[in-house]
Amino acid sequence: MTLNRRHFLAATAAATATASLSAPMLRAQGKPRVVVIGGGAGGATAARYIAKDSQGAIDVTLVEPSRTYFTCFFSNLYMAGFTGLEDIAHTYGGLAVGGVNVVHDWATGVDRDTRMVTLASGAVLPYDRLILSPGIDFVEGAVPGWSVAAQNAMPHAYKAGSQTQLLKAQIAAMPEGGTFAMIAPPNPYRCPPGPYERVSMVAHVLSQSNPTAKILIVDPKENFSKQGLFEEGWEHHYPGMISRIGPDFGGDVVEVRPDSMEIVIDGEVEKVDVANVIPAQKAGRIAELAGITNDAGWAPVIPATMQSRMDENIHVLGDASQQGDMPKSGFSANSQAKVAAMAVRGALTGSKVFPARFSNTCWSLIATDDGVKVGASYQATDEKIAKVDGFISQTGEDANLRKATYEESLGWYAGITADMFG
Amino acid sequence: MARLCLLLGFTLGLLAPGAHAAGQIGDASRGQTLFSQCSGCHQVGAGAINRVGPHLNNIYGRPAAGLDGFAYSKSMVRAGADGLVWHLDTIDAYLENPRALVSRTRMSFRGFSDPQDRADVMAYLRRFTASPQDIPEAEPTARADLPDLDPAILAIEGDPDYGAYLSSECSTCHQRDGGDAGIPAITLWPEEDFVVAMHAYKQKLRPHPVMQMMAGRLSDEEIAALAAYFARLEE
Repeated sequence: MTLNRRHFLAATAAATATASLSAPMLRAQGKPRVVVIGGGAGGATAARYIAKDSQGAIDVTLVEPSRTYFTCFFSNLYMAGFTGLEDIAHTYGGLAVGGVNVVHDWATGVDRDTRMVTLASGAVLPYDRLILSPGIDFVEGAVPGWSVAAQNAMPHAYKAGSQTQLLKAQIAAMPEGGTFAMIAPPNPYRCPPGPYERVSMVAHVLSQSNPTAKILIVDPKENFSKQGLFEEGWEHHYPGMISRIGPDFGGDVVEVRPDSMEIVIDGEVEKVDVANVIPAQKAGRIAELAGITNDAGWAPVIPATMQSRMDENIHVLGDASQQGDMPKSGFSANSQAKVAAMAVRGALTGSKVFPARFSNTCWSLIATDDGVKVGASYQATDEKIAKVDGFISQTGEDANLRKATYEESLGWYAGITADMFG
Repeated sequence: MARLCLLLGFTLGLLAPGAHAAGQIGDASRGQTLFSQCSGCHQVGAGAINRVGPHLNNIYGRPAAGLDGFAYSKSMVRAGADGLVWHLDTIDAYLENPRALVSRTRMSFRGFSDPQDRADVMAYLRRFTASPQDIPEAEPTARADLPDLDPAILAIEGDPDYGAYLSSECSTCHQRDGGDAGIPAITLWPEEDFVVAMHAYKQKLRPHPVMQMMAGRLSDEEIAALAAYFARLEE
């Protein structure tokens, strides 16, 4: 369905109070309405599945500011030249063909009492169920000296797109023997192995173009995901290039100076050439504006349905949700989206609802044809989504197995993006 | 089913695990109370240090005798060298009867004979090991089990709606249009082949860890529903 086919109705009496004449209500006649905010792994999947499985019985509108969406997963591979930027770019034509109204705009507010979403354009979208899948935002002041205003000098590259391109260009422009520094985030954050896959990919680039360069990880965490696998791989592929300062040596006391390209680790000043600052994270801003986040900045949900614990008409997916044991990943968001889609259809059309099932696998690339993975299955308990079973690649694995794991990750990428975008 | 048994060489039907309620490890707050029997020797939580016994932070996934700087018994060191790692099953056995698992352990404790007591203590201790949210490979916080299915649903044979719903877990990796780069296609697979393959993963006869995990929690009915769905999928 395209914009010109959407029904524009005059504001109803009940809605006149909130909708001005310049802000027409977007509303389908009689059908239950679902609004989805955020067109990533959670939101796109949920919108597509609700539209597909309800066969027109539910009016689905997806609100996503970007016309072209770059997946965060595989953006590290782009930085190392294993994939092109166009390969991780996706548009929403497939969703529109699948019956989703796609609106490219910012959601600026949620009125939970009248069940209305306000857009930056001034338009108002009424909903029966709202699905929030806004991803992450950064905690202000988490890394002293850094703010979003400094993201060109010291990119985060933790939302894919122009930031990823910028960081890639800065790595290419590093002087011979220069230093790449990463300020790693504290838990919990998007994609637990992501920062360390990124270090691997930066090392891959530098080992070819600038082999005397150094990589410094400043990390507030004692341990990180796939640590044994990454450290084995770094030792093998990039000996002597990567060092990591953990909290024992002040990795949790860091300040940055974007103007002079300095980082200060527990009082010690280091001059660096590239600084990739990945700050502490919280739910995307619209979740906070909707008033469904907790003191930690995340949106707690009921595991069986992904409904907000603060509003049963809102479901929260992916990174923004606080659900229990699932890592914040695209795979997790996609898995949660299908559970929420089923719950929403059940609530709005009375379709059959089956017990929630969740799973996740995270693949990471350490070097050419050296892929590793970690995965688990989960189930909903009253308290949280709880891990029940899992697996992880082993150190010392055969090169053929690592190559097969990498190739499997390419297959997964094709699979999940088809599942998200149609 | 007869053909299936023939193909796999043993009776799969008898091996299907019983369905009971989805399980958390135990009642952590009750476990906290029970832990008073342990806390004379063991510390756990922020700032915990080794005392008479080693501290129990991050005990899950820790190899036996795995802390530097604690003087373990020879028996415990040997158990660690032999590959004993503290998981739900091994901690459970150790708490039931320490000396049955590690013969000359210095842990002077007669054991918790009640399985519920052990489960509750383990639930309490699990709070002090990294969360899978932060480190996905961290130890489970719930016990593996079949999904908590309504018996009425289980009675439905090859429900196509259920197959369609279950299939959404498959299509994160397996493309519905039959694309097979890196990950094999399962669309339009003959029903019987599908069922046999899934049971082979479930019994860990086929090696792939993702598929062993996915198949491992599918019931016979769920596998049948999926097989019926993918065999007829037109896209």
